[in-house]
Amino acid sequence: METFANLAAGFGNALTPINLAWALLGCFLGTAIGVLPGIGPALTIALLLPVTFKVEATGAFILFCGVFYGAMYGGSTTSILLNTPGESGSIITALEGAKMARNGRAGPALVTAAVGSFVAGTVGTLGISFVGPLVVEVALKLGPAEYFSLMMLCFVTVSAVLGGSALRGLTSLGFGLMLGLVGIDLQTGQPRLTFGVPELLDGVNVVLVAVALFAVGETMYLAWRHVEGGQVVRPIGKLWMSASDWRRSIGPWIRGSFLGFPFGVLPAGGTEMPTMLSYYAERKLVRPEHREEFGTTGAIEGVAGPEAANNAAAAGILVPMLTLGLPTSATAAIMLSAFQSYGIQPGPMLFTQQAALVWTLIASLYIANVMLVVLNLPLVGLWARILKIPTPQLYAGILVFATIGTYGISNSVIDLVLLYGIGIIAMFMRRFDFPTAPVVIGMILGPMAEQNLRQALTISQGDWSTFLTRPISLFILVLAALALLGPRLWGVWRARRAG
Amino acid sequence: MIEPPAAEPLRARPGTPGADLGVGLFVVAIGLLTLYAAWAIPDSPIYAQVGATAVPILVGAALVLLGIALCVSASRGGWSGGLEEEMAAPPTNWRALGLLGAGLAVQLALIDWLGFVIAATIQYVLVCAAFGSRKPLRDLAIGIVVTLGAFLGFSRLLGVNIGAGVLEGIL
Repeated sequence: METFANLAAGFGNALTPINLAWALLGCFLGTAIGVLPGIGPALTIALLLPVTFKVEATGAFILFCGVFYGAMYGGSTTSILLNTPGESGSIITALEGAKMARNGRAGPALVTAAVGSFVAGTVGTLGISFVGPLVVEVALKLGPAEYFSLMMLCFVTVSAVLGGSALRGLTSLGFGLMLGLVGIDLQTGQPRLTFGVPELLDGVNVVLVAVALFAVGETMYLAWRHVEGGQVVRPIGKLWMSASDWRRSIGPWIRGSFLGFPFGVLPAGGTEMPTMLSYYAERKLVRPEHREEFGTTGAIEGVAGPEAANNAAAAGILVPMLTLGLPTSATAAIMLSAFQSYGIQPGPMLFTQQAALVWTLIASLYIANVMLVVLNLPLVGLWARILKIPTPQLYAGILVFATIGTYGISNSVIDLVLLYGIGIIAMFMRRFDFPTAPVVIGMILGPMAEQNLRQALTISQGDWSTFLTRPISLFILVLAALALLGPRLWGVWRARRAG
Repeated sequence: MIEPPAAEPLRARPGTPGADLGVGLFVVAIGLLTLYAAWAIPDSPIYAQVGATAVPILVGAALVLLGIALCVSASRGGWSGGLEEEMAAPPTNWRALGLLGAGLAVQLALIDWLGFVIAATIQYVLVCAAFGSRKPLRDLAIGIVVTLGAFLGFSRLLGVNIGAGVLEGIL
């Protein structure tokens, strides 16, 4: 019950007018900047780092937490409306969200994302307060072998549940794996697949590829199939969610939150894996009468689940950062450096040495979460109006923003060549019915899987059976095999029973 | 709203298997390129159970095999001819694609030389024209406002460097 006393003291500190003002400023800045394509929470907090010289620690961290949560809320907006995700966690949201927006359901998609973020933020913040330290203990027991198995599970889920064809899905995955290989090999320091271009030594940026696949490729495909004179203004439709939308969203919100948080806490978790798993889980779990909406008109489950998973994982990332001093995302790394600039070292001792600061910070996360949902719901109508822009100006604007988001980060024409080149490939992928999501999945998880494979084999001195002799790893691999073969065996069994 | 399909059954366009074969060959080419690049990685003196070349070779080989499988699928009639969306799709709009391509090329050619604002404004006008806009002067005006706003917002408010250029130097 010590937690409750601590939390009450934290709320006491966080609810002072000045700290509330910091939280509001952070939420506002975070949402506004999160909406911009190509700029995520990490860059925003990095730009705000100089305030640490002028503001006392509590205020600064309340500001950062507001920005952090706010950018998560804002990131889904461009994904849904413009199909241009700003950070890797909201890439999956674009899959169904953009389709919903195109079919006059932008309002419900934005609302389910905002409310889902609130549910997940609450679950995640409760998790930080109560179970965080326990989860960290478990997370420390997972080694490279377990992480490799976990990634194999992700690959298998993707290829096993893909809509159209496993062949085309695997080809997309392979293309993503290849893009992920570009750059310096982390273990030996050798350049790979760079073709002598120095700009490629750092690898290919995932957000660049996502923007190329979704925004640039889509724009090109629309030009390919453009009919002169056939101007269609896209419908905005109803802004608020219907009763059926609420019923369909509640399950995904809760499942997404509980899927996302543990992943965020894992030292190699991040927001990408839980959003993908949530997407594919919802696609499997959706009621048969709505199954057709996935990949066609856009299913609300496919926005609610991944968006909740994204926010819960983002909250979870704070757990290893605060309790172990271990940043697992770029944002957490920058927040860690902010702690250090105050002479505070996050780690197991933080909760005892800086109890007042930590609990004020956690209390302000609850406050930021409430502020954000209040701030964002009225904005839905305003954002949805973006869709009223006529097609030529809208797509010209999307291309200009895709360009500025890419060029602004690196100032390199090579990145623009990649952006447009991958965009052309994405246009043909759309034409020949290749799914784009596995490209992103392969690109993000491929390098992580390779590192974990090599580390696991180095630890086991080259013994490949390490993946089967470690119980957790074996369990995950069995799960992967079930995911691959389960539905097929189930189908055979049912066919036999029916026959 | 999507119109309900016409009463007569839609037929696959002739020549689609050839296009599918092209896709398969492209995937094989990417796989071979990956294998070539993997082969070019020098041997590392650092001992490792799985070296720097193993996974690239694996991925390249997988892509070659998948490409061959796609070619086989194409030789059996292909898959894209049967896609509902493609059967109902209007023909290729070369004018729109050409203008869009020109917009991208202008951006690549001019951004380092004349700067983001000018390059992106020209791109904006060309892309608007690609999607059937008939008012280039109005698009030019909107384009200048959008790109200048984006540039000033990113560079002044956020401090993100959007590079140097003719207009950027003056501002």
